[in-house]
Amino acid sequence: MSKKSYRQAINEALRLEMRRDPRVIIMGEDVAGGQGGSSGVVDAWGGVLGVTKGLYTEFGPERVLDTPITEASYIGAAAGAAATGLRPVAELMFVDFVGCCLDQIMNQAAKFRYMFGGKARTPLVIRAMFGAGFNAAAQHSQALYPLFTHIPGLKVVVPSSPYEAKGLLIEAIRDDDPVIFLEHKVMYDDEEDVPDESYTIPFGEANLTREGDDVTIVAFGRMVKLANEAADKLERQGISCTVIDPRTTSPLDRDTILDCVADTGRLVIVDESSPRCNMAADISALVAEEAFDALKAPIRRVIPPHTPVPFASVLEALYLPDAAKIEAAVKAVMNHKVTEAA
Amino acid sequence: MQIARETLLRSYRAMRTIRDFEERLHVEFATGEIPGFVHLYCGEEASGVGVCANLTDNDTISSTHRGHGHCIAKGVEVSGMMAEIYGKSTGVCRGKGGSMHIADLSRGMLGANGIVGGGPPLMCGAALSHKLLKDDGVAVAFYGDGASNEGSTLESLNLATVWKLPVVFVVEDNGYGEATGSSFAVAGTQKARAEGFGMPYMECDGSDFFAVYQTAGEAIAHARAGKGPVMLHVHLARWYGHFEGDAMTYRASGEVAEAKRDHDCLELFRKKVTEAGLLEHSELDAIDEAVRDEIESSVIAAKAAPLPEPADLLADVYVRY
Ligand SMILES: Cc1ncc(C[n+]2csc(CCOP(=O)(O)OP(=O)(O)O)c2C)c(N)n1
Ligand SMILES: [Mg+2]
Repeated sequence: MSKKSYRQAINEALRLEMRRDPRVIIMGEDVAGGQGGSSGVVDAWGGVLGVTKGLYTEFGPERVLDTPITEASYIGAAAGAAATGLRPVAELMFVDFVGCCLDQIMNQAAKFRYMFGGKARTPLVIRAMFGAGFNAAAQHSQALYPLFTHIPGLKVVVPSSPYEAKGLLIEAIRDDDPVIFLEHKVMYDDEEDVPDESYTIPFGEANLTREGDDVTIVAFGRMVKLANEAADKLERQGISCTVIDPRTTSPLDRDTILDCVADTGRLVIVDESSPRCNMAADISALVAEEAFDALKAPIRRVIPPHTPVPFASVLEALYLPDAAKIEAAVKAVMNHKVTEAA
Repeated sequence: MQIARETLLRSYRAMRTIRDFEERLHVEFATGEIPGFVHLYCGEEASGVGVCANLTDNDTISSTHRGHGHCIAKGVEVSGMMAEIYGKSTGVCRGKGGSMHIADLSRGMLGANGIVGGGPPLMCGAALSHKLLKDDGVAVAFYGDGASNEGSTLESLNLATVWKLPVVFVVEDNGYGEATGSSFAVAGTQKARAEGFGMPYMECDGSDFFAVYQTAGEAIAHARAGKGPVMLHVHLARWYGHFEGDAMTYRASGEVAEAKRDHDCLELFRKKVTEAGLLEHSELDAIDEAVRDEIESSVIAAKAAPLPEPADLLADVYVRY
């Protein structure tokens, strides 16, 4: 056990799985970085944010493949390789670039197993960074996990901390279905204690980061941390919250969410993705359908507006959910007065 | 080659403006005051300016993540660009786009672009507008050697040929896509690619304004005459990292120094025009000074400009909703 950053935890998961299984390969733009450069230094970048640094040096060019800027073909190649014996981990860099290769994910990899009558296995992992907070503007800041969650055949992972990232990535690599693994770009330097050895965290099992009696907060990715910050503050004001990190949006741990709502009777959902048809909407529908009688107040969603992500810091901050907005939403559900129907 | 004095002065000023704009951003970025990602066009000025000197506001261009130079070359106003990069309400995009999304449709500038390969298909569409609306305009897609490998780019070469569109595909080849060299990433040659799609191929030295101006002039004239698309391959060197903050360990030490020493488009331009007696040193010095002042005041104004208002967050998602 030692302190590791989110970046290091992901790097370590890749390294351990590559040591364990020679069929695991990685590919992506500049995952080594430096091929064809005039200095001859390869492994110069290790990905744009240094997440895959050192893997080329350890595993060589057959297993760490730099690609041209050509997402449709290398993401598709990863899917094809996965269906024929390799276990590729393809890095899409910014998840926004999925616009360039969605067909290979949505119509190809996701559907092989079903279309082929259960005869295919596609152990593919696509890693990408997502999220706002970097002033990266509209084409580099989206939180697109609902887009993938919408597609049957894909599993979707949104790790909320270094510990979670390592265990969930190892699980993703060992999984025989296509997995979309989405790393929040603002979290790469976050640190916590992470075991040095290999471990897995199963998909579809939510993590309760705290338990309380009054309000259930469901949050995804970086929002889990913000939800806990808000919950700390609320605790001092006498309001106790349960915070659920579902870890994966597909599969979704419906039971844990419904159990917690049954206990608290109040639900706040924190979701960084665009609000229409997002996870907050999905979970609201679930709870409205399955736990209507448990609710003591309307469900509240802490979500961005239906706009692209703006560039300027002031607007980006306004756009994003934060601890203060979560706190206000929790107070709103606590203060809800039930009005009797006439 | 005959070039109007006016064109020479305007082009030198545009190149100097780009150089100073970018060098200043390099300094300002290091202070931490500029948000987001910034990709500098230093060293590549003669390409954007040499091409755009053959265009008017009626023609359309698309740019890339490395877009400041194309914007200035196409006449986008400098103080509005600077304010945009600082995320201010006085920016050309009201602080909502930033460095990678500067656009000004009134100048025929359809945007820098955060998506590699985003521009070429858009320029097929702009060319279609020019063709069907019979406005005599052409569309120019600027894109890098890295972007030349995107499916969207290669598909556009085909579409433009099939539809016989007035597009010029300008491959700005600086030898790198991020940290990866084009000798690794680009199969075959740009020439063979153009010929494979049946379009004329031209190339030139991107540090020589006159070479770019003349070659681009021929390419643009070809497209404007309704003869279909052309590929123009411009050879360049990038003076800074891929983005600000890149240590460039993948490049040999000396590579950039050599480019600066032997291929500085501003120095080469000055030498040529003064030796040929086309312009005086004093005229060029005066431009240098005016540009220095313009950049300085644009930075001061950008820093002092108001931030966007909260209501701006919700504005302009749609024309009507
Ligand atoms: C679709 C897509 N893939 C990857 C990226 C990340 N990216 C930004 S710039 C760049 C390199 C582009 O190289 P090139 O086209 O040669 O332009 P240059 O940076 O050299 O001007 C990459 C890979 C992106 N923005 N969009
Ligand atoms: Mg390049």
